[in-house]
This record gives sequence, C-alpha cells and structure tokens, in this order.
Amino acid sequence: MSTRTLDAVALGLLLATALTWWLGEGGVVQHTRWAVPLVLLMAGAKGAAVAWHFMELRHAPLLWRALVLGWLGLVLGLIGLAWMAG
Amino acid sequence: MSTAATAPATATAGPGRGPLRLRGDLAIWIVILMELATFALLFLSCAFARLREPAVFAQGQQQLDLRHGALNTALLIGGSWCVARAVHALRQGLPGLRWLLAALACGAGFVGLKSAEFAHHLAAGINLSTDTFWMFYLLLAGFHYLHVVAALVLLALVAVQTARGAYGPHDVHAPETAAAFWHMVDLLWLVLFPLVYVMRAPS
Repeated sequence: MSTRTLDAVALGLLLATALTWWLGEGGVVQHTRWAVPLVLLMAGAKGAAVAWHFMELRHAPLLWRALVLGWLGLVLGLIGLAWMAG
Repeated sequence: MSTAATAPATATAGPGRGPLRLRGDLAIWIVILMELATFALLFLSCAFARLREPAVFAQGQQQLDLRHGALNTALLIGGSWCVARAVHALRQGLPGLRWLLAALACGAGFVGLKSAEFAHHLAAGINLSTDTFWMFYLLLAGFHYLHVVAALVLLALVAVQTARGAYGPHDVHAPETAAAFWHMVDLLWLVLFPLVYVMRAPS
C-alpha cells in the first residue's frame, strides 16, 4: 500500500462526506426518493474503503473480510429496508 | 498482549501478495467483532423504532446540527488517515510519531466537539427519558464517544512507545493493533452519521 493510495482513499472519504452533508443540509434527503439509498450506498462505500485499506482487510483471510464487510452490508441494507418501510 | 495472541491469526498463501493475515492482535479483532455486533443491534433498533414514531424522530433530528456531524466525520476520517500513515511510516523505518500526534489531535477535536454537543443538549433539558429518539441518540452517540476515548488512550500509549523508539520495521504489532481499534471506531461512525444525522423524514 503506497502513501499515495492512502491519501487518495482519505480524500475520497472526505468528498463523500461533503456530498452526504450537502444532501442532508440542503433538504434533498427529505424531498427525493433516491437520496437516502444514495446516502446509504456512499456510507457502504466509505465503510468498505476504511475496512479494506485502513484496517487492511485486503491482507486478511477471507473469513475476516466476509465478517466485516458482510456486517457492513447487512446493517446498511436493513437500515435501508426500515427506511423504505416507513 | 500474550505471546500466543500476538501470533498471526491465519496464514494462507496468497499468490504474489504474501501470506494473508490480520494486521494487529487477534484479541483486538475478536473485540472488534463483538463491538460490531453490539452496535448492529443498536443501529437496527434505532432504525426500526423510527417506524413506530416517525414524528418524534423527525422532531429530534431537527435539533441536531448536521454541520457538527459532518465535521466530526471529517475529524475521524482525518484521524484514520493519520493512523494509517503512521503504521505505514513505522513499517518503512520512517518517523511515525508526528502522524500519531496528528491522529490524537483529530480524536481530541472529535471529543471536544461531541462534548460541546452533549453539554448543549443536557443544558436544554434533554436526557435518556426525553423520548425514543433522544434515548437512541444518547445511547448510540454516548457509547461511540466512550469508544473514541478508549481509542485515544490506545493511540497515546503507542505514541509514547513510538517516541521511545520501540517500533519500526522489526515490530509494528502494537501500532497495528491500536490502529485496527481506531479504524473500527471510524467505521461505526460512518454508519451512525447517516442514520442519526442525515436520514431525516419530512416533519
């Protein structure tokens, strides 16, 4: 893992956070149907990036990758399901 | 950390990538799994409780400052970046202390901002029994806050030992262990932030 990759991941995470903030602050989340799925997808991508690059799961055995990334997908998926049911 | 626990969790050959192993102590990864399971229950309880009381959640969320949530997210991401750069530097035999200190500053910024938020809410008379939203908010944010403090203590201990020259290419096990816990705290916040701050139904 190069420092350039770590820097790029951090920059991507910050940009995704800024977009998430804008969707919430601007009221887009409250008035459009696609905003919450997008927010949850970005949360999933951000979490996966943290797990893969920062926690270095890319070097971990498959079981541990599946446990952490599976946790992330399951939790965000069920949160999305609860939102859609509301 | 015991000698047994410091052994690589698993070692399976990966073509061209070296052995596959967890970075950090196996014990911390077991703790991480337990924390993820605990927070999953809290996240999902909160998400499904919203179905029963959407107006209460909408009203409560309106009192949260989304800018604070976003700034805290940026502080944790910045901290994670610094921790990752610190571990990388130590592996290369480069100075890692300044990265650890920068991570500590990010974490301290998070704790300071979150403390101010909690103080503001408590001054407004909000507590665990105010309503369902605030109960979940204070439980989730408070529990997470304690984890940030614990991660800061771990990082501070690693920083002290780094200043003494304890780590380098020969040994980065403790920095990797503290880093794994710190990143978990970041990962949890990346779910908490949209759930509590961003996903607001029209009130």
